[in-house]
Amino acid sequence: MDGVKRFNWAGWLALGFLLCLWELGARATPRLQPYVPAISQVLAAFGPLLREGTILKHLAITLGRFLEGYLLAAGLGVVLGVVLGYFRTVHSFVETLIEFLRPMPSVAIIPVAILALGIGDAMIIAVTVYATLWPILINAIDGVRRIEKILIDTGRTFGLPRRRILWRIILPAASPYIVTGLRIGLSIALILVTTAEMIAGSKGLGFFILDEERSMNSAAMYGGIVVVAALGYFLNRLFLALEFRAMRWRRGMLVRESF
Amino acid sequence: MRPRWLNGFLFICVLMAAWEFAARAEWVNPLLVPPPSRVLEIFWGLIAAGQIPWQIVVSMKRAAIGYFLAAAVFIPLGIFMGLSERIRRLTEVVVEVLRPVPPPALIPLAMLFFGLEDGMKIFVIFFSCAWPILLNALDGVRQIDPVLLHTARTFHVSRAKSILQIVLPAAMPQILTGLRVSLPITLILVVISEMVGSTDGIGYFILDSQRRFKVAQMYAGMLALAILGYLLNQLFDLAYRRLLPWHWAMTKRTE
Amino acid sequence: MVANSPQHSITPGTPPFQSSTPVPILEVEALSKSYRQANGELTNAIGNITCRVDSGEFVSFVGPSGCGKTTLLMSIAGLLAPTSGRVMVNGRAVASPPENLVLLFQEYNKSLFAWRSVLGNVGFGLEARRQSSKDTRKKALALLDLVGLSGFENHYPWELSGGMQQRVAIARALAYEPEILLMDEPFGSLDALTRLELEDVLLNIWSELKTTILFITHDIEEAIYLSDRIWVLSRRPSAIIDEIQIAFPRPRHQVATRAEARFMEIRNAIYQQIRN
Repeated sequence: MDGVKRFNWAGWLALGFLLCLWELGARATPRLQPYVPAISQVLAAFGPLLREGTILKHLAITLGRFLEGYLLAAGLGVVLGVVLGYFRTVHSFVETLIEFLRPMPSVAIIPVAILALGIGDAMIIAVTVYATLWPILINAIDGVRRIEKILIDTGRTFGLPRRRILWRIILPAASPYIVTGLRIGLSIALILVTTAEMIAGSKGLGFFILDEERSMNSAAMYGGIVVVAALGYFLNRLFLALEFRAMRWRRGMLVRESF
Repeated sequence: MRPRWLNGFLFICVLMAAWEFAARAEWVNPLLVPPPSRVLEIFWGLIAAGQIPWQIVVSMKRAAIGYFLAAAVFIPLGIFMGLSERIRRLTEVVVEVLRPVPPPALIPLAMLFFGLEDGMKIFVIFFSCAWPILLNALDGVRQIDPVLLHTARTFHVSRAKSILQIVLPAAMPQILTGLRVSLPITLILVVISEMVGSTDGIGYFILDSQRRFKVAQMYAGMLALAILGYLLNQLFDLAYRRLLPWHWAMTKRTE
Repeated sequence: MVANSPQHSITPGTPPFQSSTPVPILEVEALSKSYRQANGELTNAIGNITCRVDSGEFVSFVGPSGCGKTTLLMSIAGLLAPTSGRVMVNGRAVASPPENLVLLFQEYNKSLFAWRSVLGNVGFGLEARRQSSKDTRKKALALLDLVGLSGFENHYPWELSGGMQQRVAIARALAYEPEILLMDEPFGSLDALTRLELEDVLLNIWSELKTTILFITHDIEEAIYLSDRIWVLSRRPSAIIDEIQIAFPRPRHQVATRAEARFMEIRNAIYQQIRN
C-alpha cells in the first residue's frame, strides 16, 4: 500500500448510510420484520441475551472448540508438512494419497465423525482438525519444497548440523508459505466449527444461530451472526498482528490491512 | 530409479489392501469401516441405479446457479471498484464489515427467506463466492501496469473500449484465480447447506446414509464427492486453457 | 535553429527532408513541468524548453539519467499537462494526445498486450486507426516484415527476446501510421549488438515511411548516429544546453559513419556539456 492511509470518512459514512436505510426500511415494512428486523430490534434482543450470558456462553464454547481444533491442526500440519517437504522420498509415497483426498470437501467427513464419535465436542474438534489440516499441510509442504537448494547448501558449507539447518534456514525460508496456510486454516476452522455445531450440536454459536432461526427469533439470529462474524474478524486481526511481529524481516513486503 | 508416481500408487495399494484385510478380519469395526470392496460394490450399484448421479445433478444445479450468478455480479463490480478509486473507498468499509461472516452462518439466514428450497443453497453459495471473486477482480484491475493504460491513451482508444479491450484481458488471470478459489468453496457450501437443511442432494445423501446406518453407502457417497471435486478441477483447468492459452503456456513454462 | 558550434557545417545535399513549408510539424514553446511528490515536495522536472521540429526530421534529446526526458516526452505526447508553456502540433495546441502522434514507452515489454499474439498486437495499432478489417492481416504482416519479424506472427510476447519485443512495439506503433513518433529510450535495456541492429532497422523504417521521429536516449553515440539534430539537455530542471546539427550523409553506416573524425568530436563535445 502506498504511504500512510487517510481515514476513510467516505467509507464509514457509506456504511452508516446503509445502516440507516436498513433501520428505516425495516421499520416502515412491518410485514418484513420477521425476516428483516430493524437494527434497533436486533440490539433490543441482544441486551437480555448478553445479560443472561447466553451468547457469551455459546461464544466461549465455540471459541474453545475452535482453539483446540486449530492449534492441534496447526501443530500437526506444520510438523508433518515440513517433514514431507524435506524428505522427498517419504513425500512421494504419500503424494498420490494426498492428491486423491484433496478434492473431497472436508465437510463430507462430518457424517463419518458422527458415526465414530457421536455428537459432541470430540466430533466437532475432530472434523475441525481434519479440515484445517489440509491448507496448513499443503502450504507447508509447498513452502519447504520451494526453498532454494542454494540456501541449504549455504548452511552446509558453514558446517551447520542438520537440526540447525532446519531451525535457522528451512523454517524461516518456508515461513511465508506456512503462514499463508495458517491464515487460510483460520477461516476454515471457524467454518467447520460452526457447521458441525449446526449439523449435530446442542451448544455453540452455530447451534445458537440455527436454533433461533427455527424458533423464528430472527432478531436473535442476526445477533448471533454478528457475534460469530465479530469473532472471525478479531481472530483474523489477532493473527495479522502476531504475523506482523513474528515476520519482522518481511515487514517491508507485508501489507498492513486497515481502514 | 522408480518414477515418483509409482511410489504413491504402491502406497495406496498397500493401504487399500490393509484396510480390506483389517475390515474383513474384524480388527476394526466393520460397521464403522466396511471393507473397500464392499464400498465399491455399493458405489457401482448406486451409479448403475442412477441414484448417485441424480443426487449429484441436483447438487450441481444449485452450485452452478450460485457460482455463475456470483461471477456475473461480482466480476463487473470488482472491475468497477478497481477502476475507480472513489468507488473503492466508498465501498471498502462495507466490504470489510461483511467479509468476516463465516459462510455457514448465512445458512439459517437463507433458510429464513427460502426455507429448504433451492433458493436457500443458491443464496448461500452466491454470498460465499462473493468475496474471492470480488476481491480478485478488484486486485486484478488495480495491478494492471499503468503503461498499458497509457498505451491505450496514446493510441486514442476510448475509455469504454479500453475497458473491454485492455482492462478485462489484462485482469483476466487474476479474475480467474478468484473463480478458481471459489470452486471448492462452492462445493463445500453446497454440501454443508444440504446437510443442514435439505431433502436431496449429495450432501444430504451422505448424511442421510449415516443416519440410516448405511455406512458403506455413506462412504460411496463420499467417494462420489471426491471424484466430483476432481472432475470439476479438471474442467476448470480445461476452461482456463481455452480462455487464457497465452497465460497457461507462460505459467507452465516458468514452473 | 542556429548550430552553436562553427565546426558543424552544413554539407549541401544533406540534411534531409528540410521542409520548405514554414509550419513546423511540432513546436514546443517555453514548456515547463513540475509536480508534487507524495511527500508534498515540489519537483521541477522540466525547466524551460523551446524547440521546433520539421516534418520528416529525425531528432533526438540526449541527457543524463533522471533529467526529466520521459516527462518531456509525455508532455509532448499530451499525456501530461504542462505547468506552463505549450506544445503545438501542426499549428494547433495540444491538450490531449493528438490524433497523429504515438508514443513508444520505455517499458515496451509491459506495454505489449500479453494476451494477443504478435500479429494481434500489431493489429491493435491498425484497429486503433480504424482501418477496414479486410486488409488488417496483410498490412500487419507487411509491418512485421519491415521490422524483421516475419515468421513470428503467431508467437506471444512472453516467448520473444527483449529485442524482438521492442520490434513488435515499434511495428504496433507504425501500424497506427502516425505522423509523429515519439520514442522513449527504446533501446536502453537491450544488449549492445541488438541495439546496433535495431538502430539500422529504425533508420530503414524511417526512410521508407518518412515519419517524423523524436528520439530520447542517454547513449550519445546512438543519438549522433541516428539523428538530423540533437538537443542536449541539462540535469533537472531540464533545459536545452545546446542544439547540434548532424550532417553526416545518409544512409548512415555503423562502421563508416562512426569512423568519421567528426563523429567523435561531436560526441566528446556533447559528453563534456553533459558532464558540466
